[in-house]
Amino acid sequence: MRALHTRELVIDIPDRADGSPLGLTVAPGQMWGVLGPNGAGKTTLLHTLAGLRPPRHGQVYLGDQPLADLRRRLVSQQLGLVFQERQDGFPATVLETALIGRHPWLSPWQMESGEDLASARAALEQLDVGHLADRLVNTLSGGERQRVAIATVLTQNPSLWLLDEPTNHLDLHHQVAVMQLLKSLASAGRAVFMCLHDLNLAARWCDHILLLYPSGDACWGPADHMLVPEALESLYGQKLITVEADGAPVFVPARSGMD
Amino acid sequence: MTRSVSRPLWLLALAGLAAIGLSVSVGSVGVGLSDLLAVLAGQGTDLQQTLILDLRLPRTLAAFATGGLLAVAGALMQVLLRNPLADPYVLGLSGGAAVGALLAMLAGVGGMLVSGSAFAGALLATFLVFGLAHGTGSWTPSRLLLTGVVVAAGWGAIITLILAVSPAQRLPGMLYWLMGDVSYARSPAPALLLLLGACFLVVPLGRSLNVLARGPLQAAVLGVSVRPLEWLVYIVASLLTATAVTTAGSIGFVGLVVPHMLRLVFGNDQRLILPACALAGGTLLVLADTLARVVIAPEQLPVGVITALLGVPTFLYLLYRSR
Repeated sequence: MRALHTRELVIDIPDRADGSPLGLTVAPGQMWGVLGPNGAGKTTLLHTLAGLRPPRHGQVYLGDQPLADLRRRLVSQQLGLVFQERQDGFPATVLETALIGRHPWLSPWQMESGEDLASARAALEQLDVGHLADRLVNTLSGGERQRVAIATVLTQNPSLWLLDEPTNHLDLHHQVAVMQLLKSLASAGRAVFMCLHDLNLAARWCDHILLLYPSGDACWGPADHMLVPEALESLYGQKLITVEADGAPVFVPARSGMD
Repeated sequence: MTRSVSRPLWLLALAGLAAIGLSVSVGSVGVGLSDLLAVLAGQGTDLQQTLILDLRLPRTLAAFATGGLLAVAGALMQVLLRNPLADPYVLGLSGGAAVGALLAMLAGVGGMLVSGSAFAGALLATFLVFGLAHGTGSWTPSRLLLTGVVVAAGWGAIITLILAVSPAQRLPGMLYWLMGDVSYARSPAPALLLLLGACFLVVPLGRSLNVLARGPLQAAVLGVSVRPLEWLVYIVASLLTATAVTTAGSIGFVGLVVPHMLRLVFGNDQRLILPACALAGGTLLVLADTLARVVIAPEQLPVGVITALLGVPTFLYLLYRSR
């Protein structure tokens, strides 16, 4: 697969200074976590990386080609995005929803084959929502819908996964299951780039971290360099206590806050 | 998306043929099935030939084409605006057409000029709404919808004004036009050809429209060029509606009710729904027009009244039954 690069990228958030331009490389096998307080621009960054909105400056490259020059269909064969917000238009079943993940791979006259159907069903099984295949999506719980959204991208099978808060609404077990799935995808040569609210999930599962400050400043690098209490405390404006558990740091907000 | 596409379409096509057969047989002079087949094979009496081929068949085919155009346009508008309440007229297109037609009638011209004036009014309404909704930035479905609804209200006011100042003897014709009336229809060929062409254009786009129905961002991520597709859908739907309105006045409910009925029965795969709309919309309007001709024969009802009377309870029943 081809890596995702950004060159001098400044995402376009109205009324915000440029901050530090991003020069990231998201390479195959890597698992990135984006951390930042509310409104820091995490979702905007993901949408910019997916080519859904233009950057203020700089460019996003897929391999050596600017993303903006590529046809959407070609992009969609390599890059998938799990949205944070679900847009509900017309009612659709869970299976139909997962099956639209095959859209980038089919020509206009082509109907979904048995193979496409099988891959959609397998993706739903993998996310533990296979038994809901015939239910309407809008009748599901938040966590179930989240898993259906991830299963849709699994059906799409891109080499680059962008995810916006993939553990939203998920119970503890399914949070771990989703992280394990993403980790196994990364181990198999895919690249994963996700926004997370949960510091500890990032500390536990990500090998690269991007810290996004509300001012537009950012810093990034290998996880063990980035996940230092001072940086995180200034990121969230919250005093943290660090403990070690199961081989990874665990950050607990201090009771007193930060004054 | 998993169901077979061809069987429902064959069934609907058969229903359409049966409705057309019924429509040309029924009337002040009944024609039996054997006579009907004889006429279609080029035999039968001269009277029967004239009755069926020159009088009834063109009107029936015009009704079929109009119904199909309206249903397809309605289905497209619902996907474009991602609003199940959208219909072909929601953006004020019928209002523009009506003002065009009524002005022509007020001026005392008839026939082709009324149609031409209606078509011009429909196109003017389309460009007006699109230009205004576009404004200084980009348009969104909700902005397009709001602009359309407000512009439609404006057309409504102008229509009332025209009716208020028109001489009494012109009023019945105007009211019939407003309620929709296939007896104005002349040559069904343009509408039928457009319907066929539109089906061939939109069916390959069906899966993209399925994805678009999930929202523009989701569609873009799955490889759909959202803005060009939305433009195309808007232009096609407007053209279909303008042609339908020009053929038979503004017939309500077909464009709203038929796509919904089909969705409730067949699901929401546009590759099935769009051609099914063409067939079912046509069938519905042929049946409605047949009823309109015979209910109080020799007088005729405006077909728009029948579509509303048939469509409303059927739709409410299906909605009540659905999940």
